[in-house]
Amino acid sequence: MEGLERIIREHRFFKDLDPKFVALVVGCAKNVRFEAGEYLFREGGPADQFYLLRHGRVALEMAAPSGGTVTFQTLGEGELVGLSWVVPPYRWAYDARAIELVRAISLDAVCLRRKLDQDHDLGYEVMQRFVPVLIERLQGTRLQMLDVYGAPATEKAAKR
Amino acid sequence: MGDAYSQDARSLIDRAGLQRLLDALRAARYELIGPTVRDAAIVYDAIERIEDLPVGWTDRQDGGRYRLERRGDEALFGYAVGPSAWKRFLHPSRLRLWRAQREATRFHVESAPDDAPHYAFLGVRSCELHAIAIQDRVLIGDRYVDPSYRARREAAFLVALNCGEAGGTCFCASMKTGPRAESGFDLALTELIDAQRHAFVVQTGSDKGAQMLAQVPHRDASVEERAAAEAVVVRSARSMGRGLHTEGLPELLQRNLEHPRWDDVAARCLSCGNCTMACPTCFCTSVEDFTDLAGGSAERVRRWDSCFTMDYSYLHGGSVRASAKSRYRQWMTHKLATWVGQFGTSGCVGCGRCITWCPVGIDITEETRAIRQSDGAKRGDSHGRP
Amino acid sequence: MTPQLHMMPAVARVAGVRRETADTWTLELDPPSKQGEWAYRAGQFNMLYAFGVGEVPISISGSAPRQGTLLHTVRAVGAVSRALAQLKRGDSVGVRGPYGSAWPVEEAAGSDVVVVAGGLGFAPVRPVLRALLARRERYGKVVFLYGARRPEEILYRREIEGWRGRLDVEVEVTVDRAISAWRGHVGVVTTLVRRAGFDPQNAVAMLCGPEVMMRFTVAALRDAGVADERLYLSMERNMKCALGHCGHCQFGADFVCKDGPVFRYDRIRERLAVREV
Repeated sequence: MEGLERIIREHRFFKDLDPKFVALVVGCAKNVRFEAGEYLFREGGPADQFYLLRHGRVALEMAAPSGGTVTFQTLGEGELVGLSWVVPPYRWAYDARAIELVRAISLDAVCLRRKLDQDHDLGYEVMQRFVPVLIERLQGTRLQMLDVYGAPATEKAAKR
Repeated sequence: MGDAYSQDARSLIDRAGLQRLLDALRAARYELIGPTVRDAAIVYDAIERIEDLPVGWTDRQDGGRYRLERRGDEALFGYAVGPSAWKRFLHPSRLRLWRAQREATRFHVESAPDDAPHYAFLGVRSCELHAIAIQDRVLIGDRYVDPSYRARREAAFLVALNCGEAGGTCFCASMKTGPRAESGFDLALTELIDAQRHAFVVQTGSDKGAQMLAQVPHRDASVEERAAAEAVVVRSARSMGRGLHTEGLPELLQRNLEHPRWDDVAARCLSCGNCTMACPTCFCTSVEDFTDLAGGSAERVRRWDSCFTMDYSYLHGGSVRASAKSRYRQWMTHKLATWVGQFGTSGCVGCGRCITWCPVGIDITEETRAIRQSDGAKRGDSHGRP
Repeated sequence: MTPQLHMMPAVARVAGVRRETADTWTLELDPPSKQGEWAYRAGQFNMLYAFGVGEVPISISGSAPRQGTLLHTVRAVGAVSRALAQLKRGDSVGVRGPYGSAWPVEEAAGSDVVVVAGGLGFAPVRPVLRALLARRERYGKVVFLYGARRPEEILYRREIEGWRGRLDVEVEVTVDRAISAWRGHVGVVTTLVRRAGFDPQNAVAMLCGPEVMMRFTVAALRDAGVADERLYLSMERNMKCALGHCGHCQFGADFVCKDGPVFRYDRIRERLAVREV
């Protein structure tokens, strides 16, 4: 338990979190690992846990219109995987797959949501860390959507 | 380069003497260009005799308005500037730059012959002298030299003319570019015309000018004649049709790039580019590449261009300045603001052509005034209404 | 080149052509016979002329000193660039230049250097990276961050792999989108900035790519603590003459052809925030 507390305290997401809140969070946390190729979660599944990556990279994927799977984001050490645990209906909107060996802190979302409801100060601390991640992901997605590098001319010609 | 002439001396020639000056210039193989009436306007074109000049004509100019009217006298230079500027000759609107010949997969490039004419310009106003100096700075006074401009410029003989009256859209006094011709000319004339006489006070501005004047019958101007010439200039300075407050102008415009006035003028501006064609300092060009049908020879031609076209700022499938607003803003801020940082002076000489020849009469002195009066205004500055 | 000849292209021979991606080719040019060696500084460009079609500004993307050739990477997006991209070995091409300002390779000595490129923006900065690595001891950390659209549109792949193999340069590549077989990063290039190992207080950053990408990358670097006076961008505008005479390339008070294309950020900061300047 003590090792887990130190890991949580030192993780970027929980930086400067008051020790009494760290203790609350630890109660919902455990260490996990995923082998390369394993899924952290699948689209449509219940968003009952989320992950803070300690080592290794994760690809966020969705099915492509033309078939196959498209990766729209990769995340690495220090980053948060899984956003939909915060809002109902608590359901994953995409797949998250380990690209390589991944070690992470898994946080039980049901457990944490209950504690956030009970202690609004803890709730505020967590939201203060969570919302900037959301905004950064949203802004990044917009830039990706802008397709700033432009499609190759030949690709455009083929589509015509 | 000795003291063949004195800047302070003034000579006097009469009408016949002026004709002799034109003859002397032509005898020296200059192509004589001067003002003449054509298509209900006074334009610069080839002339031979003083009768080719707009004798007894004047102009009435205002925003989007230009009319010729008969004068009560037979003055040769009794008008302001018309639509054309001397840049037509020094910086031609079409110029072949070079040719290329292909042999199989290779080609070689050769320069196109450029027989730069030797022009003598008659009747160059002070604002135009400044405009020529401004184009000199851009085209031969910067990092790279335009050889065709330099050839024409070095060969040119300039006979300046001190304006007898300002035009309806003139504001050279505000821009400190006139009405007195100070320098940059070979000879400068001031027309004296009244019931008693019709003569020209002449100032020499260069050795070339002194040599040409020596071939024309002339005498020293009297004290009274010098004073009369001075009075002409003073009268012009007092009769300006427009004014422009230039203090802090570059900074004013560059800190007001989001001013709502730009939207206001955009609603009126047709992006026709008349202003850029008429303006004596606008220098923008583009190039066109041609081949013959067989693809064996190619050439590159340079032609005038305008920042008002959509093509001008084309990049990566679109124009950087797509809106009319941004293009008007570009023209005006370049002319009055960024030009100063680029070339050391304002790009505007206060000739008023852009005001006269704008089909909807947009007036940069008025636009500047409007921005100055609400310096710092931004569209959407109200933070919403309750 | 004499002033006269700056209006006329010199003629160079295409020594080789290499296809980089679906729509991008690199031309390798021998110097024109009368000229001798190519001389240029990283960041500069040449105006390349395709016979009878026209001219476009193309950044110099490197040189092969042993062979004495110059490299230009061309993306076929218009009539002229398409014609250039279709040239074969032995063909002639017109060259005027080099023009423009250079990346601050000398001035960055003693500092960490972060080079961020997006898409075809890799071409103008490749000479910088080669110069930094050629005299590696003069610099602190060297970081290269590269964003491309898709994995198949990554430029100079072999060269990137070569740099990855070195221990003295950090290389991170990301794409906007990929199929699941891609094992690299996916996400905007700004996400690479926070993770990169450099000291913002002692770093020089050089950026090249689409304007919107450079704006957001500048924001990320400034947030990380890099000073405005140590950020450099390569700007692009329509060019016809490259001599400061045609007026087309103006960007506010500057001519991109002679005051740029490399600009220090503090000089252009206000202009970048205004649309359609």
